[in-house]
Amino acid sequence: MNWRVWLPLMLFALFLGVAAYQLTQPKDDVVTSGMIGQELPYFELPPAHSENPGVTTADLRDGKPRLLNIWASWCLPCIAEAPQLEALKEQGAEIVGIAIRDDPEDVAQFLARHGNPYTRIGRDDLSEVQLGIGSSGVPETFVIDGNGVITYQHIGDIRADDVPVLLEKLREAGA
Amino acid sequence: MRLLAAFLLAVIAAPALAQGSAPPAPYAYRQLDDPAQEAAAQELMETLRCLKCQSQSIADSDAPMAGDMRHQVRIRIAAGEQPEDVRAWLMQRYGDYVSYAPVVSARTWPLFVLPIVFLLTIAAVLWRRFGKGKV
Repeated sequence: MNWRVWLPLMLFALFLGVAAYQLTQPKDDVVTSGMIGQELPYFELPPAHSENPGVTTADLRDGKPRLLNIWASWCLPCIAEAPQLEALKEQGAEIVGIAIRDDPEDVAQFLARHGNPYTRIGRDDLSEVQLGIGSSGVPETFVIDGNGVITYQHIGDIRADDVPVLLEKLREAGA
Repeated sequence: MRLLAAFLLAVIAAPALAQGSAPPAPYAYRQLDDPAQEAAAQELMETLRCLKCQSQSIADSDAPMAGDMRHQVRIRIAAGEQPEDVRAWLMQRYGDYVSYAPVVSARTWPLFVLPIVFLLTIAAVLWRRFGKGKV
C-alpha cells in the first residue's frame, strides 16, 4: 500500500500529541513587567499616611537602592507578607510603599495592626504609578537601583524564602 | 435568624471590601465630551485586556483596575494621543498579553503562514487529482 495514505492520519496524530502536551503544561498567567531595566516614570504621590511622607521619582534617584512595595490595605495577601517586609527591613532593606486605591484611615488601621516597615508611603488613587511601572496586581515588589531604574520585579506576596532573593537583588543593584 | 442576617450582610459587604473603598477614577465610567474621541477610546478599550479578569476587555470589566485603565485610555486620547500610541504604551509594560489585536511577530508568524501553506497544499492535491483529467 502507498505509504502516503497514512500521511493525514500521522499529521492528525501530531496535532493531537502537541495539544495533549500543552494541556499537561502548568498554566502561566503571570504578567511580568516590561519595565524591568527601564527608568521609573515621573510621578509625585501625596502621602497615604500621616506618619510617612509621600513618594516622588526624585526620592528613588538619590543613589540608594530600595524596595518599592505596591500594596493596599484591602489586599489580603498583603497581610501575609507584612512579617516578611518587617524581616527585610530588619536586615537593612529600605522599603518605600505605594498604596493603591486606598483610604488614609484604612491605611492607618492596617499599619497599626500589621506593622509599618515603610520609610515613605505614596497614595496612588488612580493606579497611575502601578500602570506606569507595569504592575498588574497587589502585592508586587520592585527593586529600584539608586538611579531610579527598575532592576527586578517580585509578583505576589513575599514568602520567607523570597527574603534572601530580594536582599541579593538589592545587593546586585548596589546596596 | 441573627446568624442569617450576619451572613447576608457579609455576602453584601464582601465585594466592597475586596477592592477597597476608594471611588472609581474620574473617567472610569464617564465618557469623553467629544463623541469622536469617545468612539476612538471605546474602540481601543474593547481590544485591551483586563489584567485582573483575564478573559474580559477593559471595556467589559467592572474590576477597579480596569476602570483605572479606562481612565488612562480616555485621558490620553483626550490629550490628543493616537489609539495605537496608547496601545503601544500599555504593550511596553504588559507585553502582548494586554492587547487582543493580533500582531505578526517572531512568535506568532506561524499562525498567519500555516493556513496559507495548508490552503496551497490542498489546492495542489485537488488539482493533481481532478484538474488533469479534464484536459
